Amino acid sequence: MSTPKVQIVVVVLALASAPALAEGPGLGKLIDPPEIAAWDISILPDGTGLPPGSGTSAQGARIFAQKCAMCHGENGKGGAFAAVVGGRPLTDGIDTVKTVANFWGYSTTLFDFIRRAMPWQQPRTLANDEVYALTAYILALNKLIDENEAMNAQTLPKVRMPNRDGFIIRFPDKL
Amino acid sequence: MDPRDRTTRGGEALEVVAGNGLLDRRAFLRGGAAFAAVVSGYTLTKSAAAEPLADDPWSRMPGAVSPPYEQRSRFEEKVARTLSNPQGETRTSHARTPHHLLNGTFTPNGLHFTIVHSGTPDIDPDRHRLVIHGLVKRPLVFTLDTLARYPMLSRMTFVECGGNSAPMFSKEPIQASVQALHGLVSCAEWTGVPLSTLLEETGVDPKAKWLIAEGADSLALSRSFPLSKALDDAMIALYQNGERLMPGNGYPMRLLLPGWEGNMNVKFLRRLKLVEEPGMSYYETRTYSQILPSGKAYRFYFLQEVKSFITHPSPGLALKGPGYYEISGIAYSGNGRISKVVVSADGGRSWAEAALQTPVLSKAFTRFRMPWRWDGGPAVLQSRAWDEAGNVQPTRAQFVAVRGETQKVPPVLGFPNQHYNSITSWAVDSKGEVRHVYA
Repeated sequence: MSTPKVQIVVVVLALASAPALAEGPGLGKLIDPPEIAAWDISILPDGTGLPPGSGTSAQGARIFAQKCAMCHGENGKGGAFAAVVGGRPLTDGIDTVKTVANFWGYSTTLFDFIRRAMPWQQPRTLANDEVYALTAYILALNKLIDENEAMNAQTLPKVRMPNRDGFIIRFPDKL
Repeated sequence: MDPRDRTTRGGEALEVVAGNGLLDRRAFLRGGAAFAAVVSGYTLTKSAAAEPLADDPWSRMPGAVSPPYEQRSRFEEKVARTLSNPQGETRTSHARTPHHLLNGTFTPNGLHFTIVHSGTPDIDPDRHRLVIHGLVKRPLVFTLDTLARYPMLSRMTFVECGGNSAPMFSKEPIQASVQALHGLVSCAEWTGVPLSTLLEETGVDPKAKWLIAEGADSLALSRSFPLSKALDDAMIALYQNGERLMPGNGYPMRLLLPGWEGNMNVKFLRRLKLVEEPGMSYYETRTYSQILPSGKAYRFYFLQEVKSFITHPSPGLALKGPGYYEISGIAYSGNGRISKVVVSADGGRSWAEAALQTPVLSKAFTRFRMPWRWDGGPAVLQSRAWDEAGNVQPTRAQFVAVRGETQKVPPVLGFPNQHYNSITSWAVDSKGEVRHVYA
């Protein structure tokens, strides 16, 4: 008996809400992917977003000496800023310095951070080949890849970082 | 009896409700005059004034012209943030809020904490753009002017660095002020456009589960957050306490994720990309992941859990002789409203419920107050908060049992670990000096 009434209510709500949506501000301007390309530097751990290009550890070593060693030390051993090689076991203490070798879960993070933030005084001035080369250099320094292995969009996501499974999602219900 | 001796007037006596002189918080509900008469500790048995009152110079001539943007009194210049990197060296800069010199629940804009990793960019608002793209039906770009035409809302929300309170991971209590220990949290009224409104306009591809937010600062700081938060209470904030955002807080626009780790509230926001998986950026998979005693690490902590600390008294604010004081502090939770704060003056042996200043707002500072008559003896002051979701602030022993502590005493400006929320203890000695202790 009450069913028709309920249906009427639903119809009225639907009619009331439809015009409201149509009258939204709608002030955003459409933008095509090519227009975003210069900003779109996001990379996912599976390699999505990695650009074309390639680099080896030997190439990276030369760039590092020229553009990175003044802060990160000769051969990445640390200077005014963090070392990019080595690291103590995480069981040493809750304040253990987190490094590429002992902590980082994904190799793609290394490419991403070098590309977006380094060198610190001239970020986003490195060519993609240079970023791949520096990534290869740091991974090789830490013996995470072979010295001669080139890094590119295909090889980089396949590098398995030692601490990949070292993480616990704190509040899974928030994700 | 001298009629000016107000302690002997006929007001009702206040009940002592817990050890070491904590008084009944309901005193605050009774209206000012009666309460002041009872507890304010006046002992004007003799005239306090050595000379008769007279006009001071500023009362005898007209004062200054009102400036276009008013500055505080020159007598208040000591109320300032402390800077971790005042020379702007090539490293992160922290500016900490002086909670012990403020009262109430809003943080003034010039005193809101800031952390900048590569300096504060000098952004021309007319040239700033916000792009929303990726797994959307219509990638869109917004200017500040267009965003300012959208339906806005205001909400009072704290923002807290994931590393706030980190010196308390030290195995020994570090002697420092509440500013040094807890100064990386502040609270403001933020006004802006709900992110859900903009996502309605772009449309969301059903495959999208996360967003990657990115700033226009030199390191293009980037953090991932779940779509569920974006559709819940995320905001593109344009105003801070009624005026445009301060540069150090992300001018001209920032992401606001109420109750979540400060670093995720990406400043200078210029891009949101909808994606299937988190980007695993440097700041989320390295800096803001926390090593546990087992050697495993937390990932995606996100939430700033229930916390409280006493701001008055606190180190640097010595008590000037026995008598009445108001114990007061701040409580907040990323889970919602504060439901209860208790205070102890005897190191946690006995507790009394503090008065909560209304309105008590979700994910915002709540000011608690507790009347106290200090007898001049040693006391240990603590506060402990509960939130409406039933979470309780842990004792330090409970906290450390799970999260660990450092083997060495770290520098006070260091960040040995993050997401610290246990009880803070202030010891008052018989001289009235206040020190940080573990109790």
